[in-house]
Amino acid sequence: MNALSGPALSRRSLLGGGGALILSFSLAPRSALSQSEEAQVSGTGPLPGSLSDFPYLDSWIRIDEDDSITVFTGKAELGQGIRTALIQVAAEQLDVDFSRVVLETADTGQTPNEGYTAASHSMSESGTAILNAAAQVRALLIARAADQLGLSADQLTVDDGVITGGGRSLSYGKLVGPDVLHVQAQPQSPIKDPSTNRIIGKAVRRIDIPAKLTGAVAYVQDLRLPGMVHARVVRPPVYGARLTGIDTSEVETMPGVVQVIRDGNYLAVVARGEFQAIQAMRALAAAAEWGGGIALPEKTEIYDVLKRLPSQESVIQEKGSGGGQGTRIEAAYHRPYQLHGSIGPSCAVGHVDGDRLTVWSHTQGVYPDRDAIAEMVRMPPENVRVIHMEGAGCYGHNGADDAAADAALIATKVPGTPVRVQWMREDEHRFEPYGSAMVVEASAALGESGTITDWVYDVWSTPHSTRPGSAGNLLAANLIADPFQADEPISIPQPAGGGDRNAVPGYDFPNSRVTKHFIRSMPLRVSAMRSLGAYMNVFALESFMDELALKAGADPVEFRLKHLSDPRARDVVTTVADRFGWSDWKRKGPGHGRGFAYARYKNLAVYCAVALEIEVEREAGLVRILRAVAATDSGQAVNPDGIRNQTEGGIVQSASWTLYEEVDYSTDEILSRDWASYPIMRFPAVPGAVEVHVIDRPGEPFLGTGEGSQGPTAAAIANAFADATGRRIRDLPLSPEKIRRTLEA
Amino acid sequence: MTRFTVNDRPFSTETDVETPLLYVLRNELELNGAKFGCGLGQCGACTVLLDGEAVFSCLIPLAALEGRNVTTLEGLGTIDDPGPVQAAFIEEQAAQCGYCIPGMIMRTQGMLNRNPAPSEREIREHLNPNLCRCGTHMRILRAARRAAGKPAGDQAALAERSAT
Repeated sequence: MNALSGPALSRRSLLGGGGALILSFSLAPRSALSQSEEAQVSGTGPLPGSLSDFPYLDSWIRIDEDDSITVFTGKAELGQGIRTALIQVAAEQLDVDFSRVVLETADTGQTPNEGYTAASHSMSESGTAILNAAAQVRALLIARAADQLGLSADQLTVDDGVITGGGRSLSYGKLVGPDVLHVQAQPQSPIKDPSTNRIIGKAVRRIDIPAKLTGAVAYVQDLRLPGMVHARVVRPPVYGARLTGIDTSEVETMPGVVQVIRDGNYLAVVARGEFQAIQAMRALAAAAEWGGGIALPEKTEIYDVLKRLPSQESVIQEKGSGGGQGTRIEAAYHRPYQLHGSIGPSCAVGHVDGDRLTVWSHTQGVYPDRDAIAEMVRMPPENVRVIHMEGAGCYGHNGADDAAADAALIATKVPGTPVRVQWMREDEHRFEPYGSAMVVEASAALGESGTITDWVYDVWSTPHSTRPGSAGNLLAANLIADPFQADEPISIPQPAGGGDRNAVPGYDFPNSRVTKHFIRSMPLRVSAMRSLGAYMNVFALESFMDELALKAGADPVEFRLKHLSDPRARDVVTTVADRFGWSDWKRKGPGHGRGFAYARYKNLAVYCAVALEIEVEREAGLVRILRAVAATDSGQAVNPDGIRNQTEGGIVQSASWTLYEEVDYSTDEILSRDWASYPIMRFPAVPGAVEVHVIDRPGEPFLGTGEGSQGPTAAAIANAFADATGRRIRDLPLSPEKIRRTLEA
Repeated sequence: MTRFTVNDRPFSTETDVETPLLYVLRNELELNGAKFGCGLGQCGACTVLLDGEAVFSCLIPLAALEGRNVTTLEGLGTIDDPGPVQAAFIEEQAAQCGYCIPGMIMRTQGMLNRNPAPSEREIREHLNPNLCRCGTHMRILRAARRAAGKPAGDQAALAERSAT
């Protein structure tokens, strides 16, 4: 098979040929969206979704004379299925067959700058922009047809992009001329009545799956360019270590070696063959002498360390006068550092051609990554193009941007030759930025009527976004001889929040004080990991709700409903309780238990409730999840199977985080180097059954789905464990060792 | 010179015999199915069939391959004519990022070659060497059941497990 002939990617889109046509479209200058996505709230402008930043219709939709339709998104397919969902949105509103629409995803050469594909924003930002742009394009073309046919718009019908009236027909391609779509969007769009939808709301099969399952070029790992060479990097053993000595002469004579690259503390090797590069990398690592470096904290003291470190306090909710009456209970919860742990180590291809650099990367943000890379290699940003190609699932800011920086830097050392860099497993485990360790302390008062009268909640966390940013947020840029310093990390503000994401309870408490303690320093390198602080905050908050329900002698579901007024929240809670059979559930014996949890992600995205039942094997210290039932409300459901897939996946991934995962380290080094030293869930332990109920809200705004189920799943497991054993574990993970210790105590 | 067959076609290479099969498949034969995941035999992203048995291609050196038969994902079917296991995975939409799925498909094929009627427990045990990070496990299990000619749904599997 020709390496570039995969069905999902054309040679043109890979190599950028034919770009002239596309580049004439409306790529407005950089906007505020290039700032941290975690800080972004969509739809604040007068135009819906990302149209507020890119108002021209032809930034989003192009129709050619031959009736071909191309839709552009600045978002990237990360395995979440947006490629399919965005085409559904466009095809529905354009009134064309699903198969007619070609979608171009994140590429600084041809798509709008929608910042990062993150924070479950793709549907609300890009989906909303495409929904409105497509509806306006359709109306515009109908108006043109009416004009040309001498009829009124309501005398016309549209069928698969052909407008018919008075016995005559005009296809969209015949109606578009130069600049017809180069008009600004209007604030209001003639969106089709949702009850007439034929494509939105259907479980359309994902268009990328057949190619991925039959061996097409589907990932950046599969990209092969003519003359391409392979590189591997050698990292310092610990943060801040300096390369004090190395003799590269033997490595340079190894078979296939093209070049050993040393730039300050940056060390890499380029070889013709991939395995030759790996062998040379191993020899290079053995030859390198490192000195200095920054000691890591004692792992057993990490939560004390976090509380001792200087932090910036902000009260993010202050409700009532405080001091509600009743029985007060308190609890503290802890989360260790956790890995994104992509199955495919990060990879990128870089190519310097004259004064131009092209990087193919699975970055979540082609534009911000482009700017950071340009700064690092000291090239004008307009001479650097970053093209998104899929990698393995990233679950947030993993090694993608750093691998892209490696490819870019190494490409500048071998100009004219395309170079592919792939990290080794150990590189990914040790050098990706982790999900932050966190501490929560909660206190609440329970009144005589069994309701919560006062709520006090404090959360301590190091940053949750250190994305580029400037060059200094790229590993390679920290290591080169003339290094860049990392940006000062930001505290992502409410309502989305970072470490405090979902720290504000979604319940109706008369008195509530929630405080975020933002720790700017990073004992371990951290950044955005799927759902950011929400995983921990929902784990803590929903564990604490169960502790309060127990104290009140109330059923956990009834107790939640008593404090929950949002009807959509109540709907997901009661749907799960019904489908689970909560009210008739019977304990089968000791060690059998059930747990429930609910949250609305970020308090503004998907609503999700999870109930599950477990069996605890006391001697082995194992939790077996017998079944899990979830309900989600993501607003208008574009692809219900996509929502189910994301929610099932979130439940299983969170079960793995919750039952197994913790980065191991000594004061000298990171000890989690592979899947043996950082175990994750394997097949024998996955739930017996997972059932997801999608509540569709036709006509309602799209709410992001991908990060909704992780927090509720963690709390539901801890609640089920407490129900099954009478013991509560407040420190993640609920590992076999910790379970045995808890049950023996 | 090492000679073996790949997807029923003879293949020979002068590459250093220490080189693991994975790199030869990907870079000399330009076959994308087998993926690099760990290089340690811990994740199964690189799984292929060797004489019909599922193996980690990241660990098997060329030196062990003389005269043997390798089957990769590409040997099971094509996008226009997917093999039965591939078709079962497509039917169940058993992928998120999809990076681990070729290995899952090969592992499932290896299981069915040995045991055409696996129990739920046997399916889970057989898939144990392969990791998925997106949490697509439920769909992968449904696809494996479907490929084995069993009812695909979780509930049927639950019923089978509680009956045994």
